[in-house]
Amino acid sequence: MSKIESAQGHAVAVHGDDIDTDRIIPARFLKTITFDGLEDHVFEDDRLEAQAHGKVHPFDDPAHKGAAILLGGANFGCGSSREHAPQAIKRWGIGAVVAVSFAEIFFGNSLMIGLACATVSPEQMADLMALADANPTLDFRLDIAASTLTAGDRVIPVTMPESVRSALLSGGWDATSLLLDKYEEVEQLAARLPYVSGWDRLSA
Amino acid sequence: MARTLFQKVWDTHAVRTLPNGQTQLYIGLHLVHEVTSPQAFAELRERGWTVRAPQRTFATIDHIVPTAAQARPFADLMAESMTSALERNCRDFGVRFFDLASGGQGIVHVIGPENGLTQPGMTIACGDSHTSTHGAFGAIAFGIGTSQVRDVLATQTMSLSPLKVRRIEVNGRLRPGVYAKDVILHIIGLLGVKGGTGYAYEYAGDVVDRMTMDERMTICNMSIEGGARIGYVNPDQTTFDFLRDRPYAPKGADFDTAVTWWTSMASDPDAAYDDVVRIDAADIAPTVTWGINPGQSVGVNGRLPRPEDVAPGDRAGISEALEFMSFEGGQRVEGTKIDVAFIGSCTNGRLSDLREAAKIVKGQKVAAHVRAIVVPGSQKVAVAAEKEGLDQVFADAGFEWRRAGCSMCLAMNPDKLVGREICASSSNRNFKGRQGSPTGRTLLMSPAMVAAAAVAGEVVDIRTWDAHVPVGA
Repeated sequence: MSKIESAQGHAVAVHGDDIDTDRIIPARFLKTITFDGLEDHVFEDDRLEAQAHGKVHPFDDPAHKGAAILLGGANFGCGSSREHAPQAIKRWGIGAVVAVSFAEIFFGNSLMIGLACATVSPEQMADLMALADANPTLDFRLDIAASTLTAGDRVIPVTMPESVRSALLSGGWDATSLLLDKYEEVEQLAARLPYVSGWDRLSA
Repeated sequence: MARTLFQKVWDTHAVRTLPNGQTQLYIGLHLVHEVTSPQAFAELRERGWTVRAPQRTFATIDHIVPTAAQARPFADLMAESMTSALERNCRDFGVRFFDLASGGQGIVHVIGPENGLTQPGMTIACGDSHTSTHGAFGAIAFGIGTSQVRDVLATQTMSLSPLKVRRIEVNGRLRPGVYAKDVILHIIGLLGVKGGTGYAYEYAGDVVDRMTMDERMTICNMSIEGGARIGYVNPDQTTFDFLRDRPYAPKGADFDTAVTWWTSMASDPDAAYDDVVRIDAADIAPTVTWGINPGQSVGVNGRLPRPEDVAPGDRAGISEALEFMSFEGGQRVEGTKIDVAFIGSCTNGRLSDLREAAKIVKGQKVAAHVRAIVVPGSQKVAVAAEKEGLDQVFADAGFEWRRAGCSMCLAMNPDKLVGREICASSSNRNFKGRQGSPTGRTLLMSPAMVAAAAVAGEVVDIRTWDAHVPVGA
């Protein structure tokens, strides 16, 4: 279990609320039996749409190449349960996503793969995005123990559920070994469940 | 102390508090499909783990199956390799696989209930966000990602934090032409696409009490579109009647024992809720989405919002949606010309949905410029529909009658929009690019409204539409 204490580097802002998982990784790239190479297709259709309108998507902008922190709006990652979405973001090189709020499944999936997610207020996010847009090489640092995001000389408090913070700091985000520990307790509980001990016909 | 169903099911399945602060929750039923499971099985192999409870694990293929020609190997080699991977995984790990040859294949959220696998008081997990569907039976059903699929395979448990509970009561009478789909689109429009974050939605009120299981499934299915990871309805006689005689439901005296326990798991009348929302059924119109998230909807003859009329924080989102959809603020969605009509999905691909749509199209013809397909939710739904002659009704009207799968809901198979096509769709998501073309456009609505739109060639209000009078005349 590896401990995750911080993420540091340049920031890239993906503007707008309700950025859904179909936008983060379109479904056609889910036709795979591994997560390899998903980073090449992160935000693909949004990038193409930007190009078609003569604009540059932040993930295509050379100034943001190598960014380690993704800044997002409200309800980031809404939609499907595809872990391919945080996988694509993480494999692209992002170590932490800071947003106004997250969709729940995306948030949980990110934790499961050690991609730190934290929230700030909409006003703070507007400032952070402006900073990152104006100065792509500005250094950002998410300090998980201190619950702060440092952007240049500014230090902003971030919010993260205590259980998530401790899971990242302790390495307990990789939960399988915790779940296998004291497994007799699982077996005892299962045996007490009325449907498991009673009327189950699962072998029908 | 009085508790909600959510709290009772949670307490009954909570193994212990983990060192990471979350709860280890036992999962009673694990449903698996081809898209979100291969990496999880691969990790099991890598780490030398087994599937802990193969008898509680069931698999099917739905997302990538072609719905036209299903002979193996599939023309799409990646779809073929995902299918073989699932076949191998099920064989190697002893998991029951409802494959194409079984007669039991279908969308994972259709086959769980139709087999009686989904039962009240249970915890259910599946690597798909529409797992919330199973909550219609009073189960607590979580959509999960691949790493959690791995955890459930390896341990039959997962690490989770509890949710708050919001009770949503719909009371009164639905007006004619208003369906369960309209109810849930109305709820999402009212509470917003992130309104449910952190909540389980408990759907109640006399409208929900009177609903069939199919209708309750439609409502619970789209909880996730409202931001709520799970939604549920307390089990009642309707639930029990549905389950009786299903293949995996308890039999004989066991059924009565089960009913006693299922009944005891319903929310107590004096249970406390974190929030309560009451909705008057009479306020709900046939509802259609006009934007790029499921909360951007309007009554079919209502007017689309204008960016200048909404709160400053919402303007950019509304403008982006209007621009993408090529709509103008203030216009009506009624009268929008469509290119494609899609009836199907885990939201509205069950037998009752096909019946409602068939009533509309019977004796009619799909408009010449519209490509229309019906995709049953499962092989059993297809067989039942064919027995009633629904396939013929659809075919006579000019719909293509397809084989079971997720199809054009997310277009991971050959069923896709092309270019800027507009699709009247009975599915659940209208995200940009959702139906397979990055620039394609989706209008979500009830199956009956899709059927009418297919015939009329444009979005119509089924309350006033007369199929015999040409639209625009």
